[in-house]
Parts: sequence; C-alpha cells; structure tokens
Amino acid sequence: MSTATVAPEPLEGTIGSTRHRQRATPAPIPFTRVLSVELRKMFDTRSGFWLLVSIGILAVIATAAIIIFSSDDALTYGMFATGIGIPMAVILPMISVLSVSSEWSSRTALTTFTLVPSRGKVIGAKAVLTVALGIVSMAVALGVGALGNLIGTTIAGVDPVWDLTTVILAQTVLAQVLGMMMGFMLGTLFRSSPAAIVGYFVYSLVLPTISNALVMVNDWWRDNGAWVDLNWASTRLFDDDMTREAWAQLGTATTLWLIIPLLIGLRLALKSEVK
Amino acid sequence: MIQIDALSKRYGGFTAVDNVTFTAEPGRVTGFLGPNGAGKSTTMRILVGLTDPTTGSAHLLGRHFSQLPNPGREVGVLLDASAQHGGRTGREILTLAARTMGLPKSSVAETLDRVSLTEEEAGRRVRNYSLGMRQRLGIATALIGDPEVLILDEPANGLDPAGIRWMRDLLRGFADDGGTVLLSSHLLHEIEVIADDIVVIGNGRIVAQGTKQELLASGEAYARAGDPAELGRALQRAGHNAELTTEGAVRTAADLATVGQIAFDAGLVLTELRAADGSGLEEMFLQLTAETQRDHLDSPEGLDSSKGKAA
Repeated sequence: MSTATVAPEPLEGTIGSTRHRQRATPAPIPFTRVLSVELRKMFDTRSGFWLLVSIGILAVIATAAIIIFSSDDALTYGMFATGIGIPMAVILPMISVLSVSSEWSSRTALTTFTLVPSRGKVIGAKAVLTVALGIVSMAVALGVGALGNLIGTTIAGVDPVWDLTTVILAQTVLAQVLGMMMGFMLGTLFRSSPAAIVGYFVYSLVLPTISNALVMVNDWWRDNGAWVDLNWASTRLFDDDMTREAWAQLGTATTLWLIIPLLIGLRLALKSEVK
Repeated sequence: MIQIDALSKRYGGFTAVDNVTFTAEPGRVTGFLGPNGAGKSTTMRILVGLTDPTTGSAHLLGRHFSQLPNPGREVGVLLDASAQHGGRTGREILTLAARTMGLPKSSVAETLDRVSLTEEEAGRRVRNYSLGMRQRLGIATALIGDPEVLILDEPANGLDPAGIRWMRDLLRGFADDGGTVLLSSHLLHEIEVIADDIVVIGNGRIVAQGTKQELLASGEAYARAGDPAELGRALQRAGHNAELTTEGAVRTAADLATVGQIAFDAGLVLTELRAADGSGLEEMFLQLTAETQRDHLDSPEGLDSSKGKAA
C-alpha cells in the first residue's frame, strides 16, 4: 500500500457518547396505500402510458369507423360497445401481465419487496387492481359505447337501438375479468415480461386458431372441446343464453387454464428468491 | 444495529454463505469487504428478507426485517442501483418510495437535493442514467425515509473520486447522528476510505473483522529521523529490530511510544513517527482475490466492476 493520506478519524471518545435517537415505531403500511402505489406503477412507465393511450386511440377510431362505414340499421349499442371493448380486452391484460412480470424483469422487486416485505400484500394489491381494472374498463366501454350510440344514431337520423341485455352486460364484464386474470396469472407464472407477453398472445391468438382447426377434423373435439378450451368456453359469455352446461364448461376450462396455473404462479411469486 | 448470527445459505452443494456472524454498531460505518462472489450480496439479501437463510438469523434494530411495520422508515436499503424500471424517471421512482412510506411530497425534492441530482436529471428516464447517477438515486431511495440503518451493496460502484468522497462524508454524517451503516465493496481502497469497522469475507466465510485501525495496522512502527541509521542503531541497542526502508525511514516492531522514547533518549529529532502501512489485511485480501478471480492479479482490481451473480 502506498502512503495514501488517511482520512481523519472521529475521536474515539465520540463513539461512546453517540446520542441514541429516540424514535417512535412507524405505523404499518395500510393496504390502501399499497393499492394506490401499485395502481400508479401500472401507468407511470413508458409502456404503461402508451398502452393506455393506445386504448383511447383505438376506441375513438373504432367508434368513428362504425359511424362512418356502417349502414344505419347496423348502428346498435352492441356494435359501439364491442368496438370500444375489444381494444380494451386485448390491451388491458398486458398491463396486468407487466404489472407482475416487470417486477422481476426490471428487478424492481428488489425495491418493492424491501419497502413492503409482505409479498402477499403487494401481489394481492396487483390482483385486486387487475379485477378492478377489468370491471372499470368494461364500464367505461359500455358508457362510451352508449354515448357513441346516441351520437351515431343522431348523426344518421335513426332511433338508437339498445340491444344489450343486463345479462350480457354482466357476462361481458366477467369475460373481461377472466382475460385480465389470465394476464395476471401469466405474469406470476413466468415472472419475465417477454415470456409472459408471448404466453398471452399464444393463449389468445394461437390456441383459438388451433382449436378451430381441430373442430373441423376431430369429432370428439367438436363435441367436447369447450370443456377444456377456455377461449371457447368464455366466448359463450357474449350470448345471453348461457346454458347450465356452458357454465360447467367455463368452470372446468377456467380451473385448467387459470386457477391451477395461478396457484403455481402465486407460490413461485411469493416464495422464490428475489435476485 | 445489525446483528447477524451464524448465518448460512446453501444452494444444493454450493455454500454461498458459511456460518457468518458479525454486528454492525450504531455510530459506526461497517465495511463488508470481499472479492466478487464471496457472499456479500447473498448476506445482504438475507438481511432484508429477500432470500431465506438455510440456518442462522439476521436482526435489524432487534427485529427480523419482515417484522418492521414500515421498513423504509427504519432501514434504508440499496441492493442494486441498476435494478430499476428504465421507463420511469428518477423523480417518479423516488415518488413511489415516498408514497409507499407515507412521506410528504416535499421529501422527494429535498432528497434529490441531498444526493445532488438536479431537477433536469430527476426528470430524465433512468434508462439514460449513468451508473453514478443510478447510485445517487438508489442512495436517495435509501435515505428518503430518514432511517436509522443503511444497508448499501457496492454503493461506490460507478462513482468518481469526488463521488466517493461525497459518499464518505454523507455516511460519516449519518453515523455521527447515531445511525448504523453497513456497506459492501470488493475494493479494499473504497472500504479503507469510508469504513470505521471492517468485516472481510471470502468464499462465504468471515476471514477477519475488527476496526480499520486494528486491521490495517501492521503492528510495526514507521519512523523518520534526521539520521535514520543512527535511529536504527539506537533501536537495536535497546533490543529491538530495525530495518532501513528504501525511502530512508526506519521500520521496527517496537511500538510507537517506545520508538519515540528511544529517539528522545538518543537525542534524535523525529520527523515522522506512525504505524507502518502494508498490513496483513492487504496481503490476505489479495490472496482471497487471487483465489476467487480466475484471472489472478494481472488485471487491475479497479477495472473489475462487474458483480458476481451468485454472490
């Protein structure tokens, strides 16, 4: 070692006389605060912001296209609500995916879980927000759809058609919540943004295509596929005549595709070592 | 106050942390020194509850980390300054921390000021930050809750010499106010500049610990006099060893008071008298580094800033 200048040391005497700071124990972090912080984190990144903006843009384009290109008798509430609801149904689950997976992918979990050591609180808040976002987004879609229906029919000079029953409205919200939860599940299961996003598109785009092809060539699948295909089973939610069998099929498919993987994903997210 | 008790962590057959015990006292800056992959980061992750230990325990302020009701208000943590979402601005990251801890909005600007990040820099996305700026932001996140304990993993990485000096002053002030600081580094020099107490770890095991003075002192005295040869002879007459260094000073195993007394008795004017450099600590640390770094000592240690993943 060269003769580097040694920094002046504090006098030995000051160590014993260090004043002991009397501090009050801080209050525990309430769950509502974790909720508000996690909500903010969903939209304060560049990706979160643009996903949100893209929903707005797509909804406006869809509404305008319906007004411009549809024949007057096609201007129904269902058309408008669907035009706004579909962009939301595709994009919002990705926000749910990223809210979980990015904690691991960008390693923000190191900070998140040292500020809130109870991982269940953080993951729970993300789950609550996922469900809430699903409900709120559909409420917005239905609200904006109603507005579009009123304006569109006024422009066209026809009477507005309110063709959606309460049952369908409720089932649409359920379908959206299921889609959001799929995103959440993939986030916890993969804990990697690229893997989870790819997983989401495989589930929502690739698997239905394969399933449809299988229906053409396989009799057994045509009769029984809905028991195991969640996309198929949840499509029925957009009909207002959900049979008892259709609900049962939704139940088995949801267990297979959502609940079981979610339990595995939650265990991994809560227990795995954060590096 | 940080207490680590017989802490071990095994991954299959690999022991990352092996029976580590030490205490970081309030009012002191404790340096956790070891080569990359020695087990520093694993120990720190266990300390803040991100990794479960195989055996042993770690306590902060008398409690396990998970028992702290609002940890950010009591323990400031910086484990990896790069572990941030690149799409958030520095200010946003600090705002999230402040909100989680339930702090007033004004604390964000105050803390940014404390770590010398400008308004303009705070508005930039972290993706565009230099490592030094990330370290400052990470230290801001650790400090914002006004904690009693700071746990910083390689906080000086990426800081320039002025930055290291700034951090030393900041941590000194924090400790002087009664706070406890534990910081890790793989560079002996950094620890020497910043820490009061040093814990040296190698291959998961603690190989030395004590105050900086204890560990850096060679146990020998270093003296200069007008006539070094005369001083050497005086020492030998008194029954002590003495060797002349190339710089024309005298090294001896006698303690400082004895050397001073002998020089005084011999009527020699001392121009310098101090504990000699070149301690066992440095030798030991170089040996540890050589064992764990495959490339031996060919590369300057300062250039190796990558952190061991399995650490």
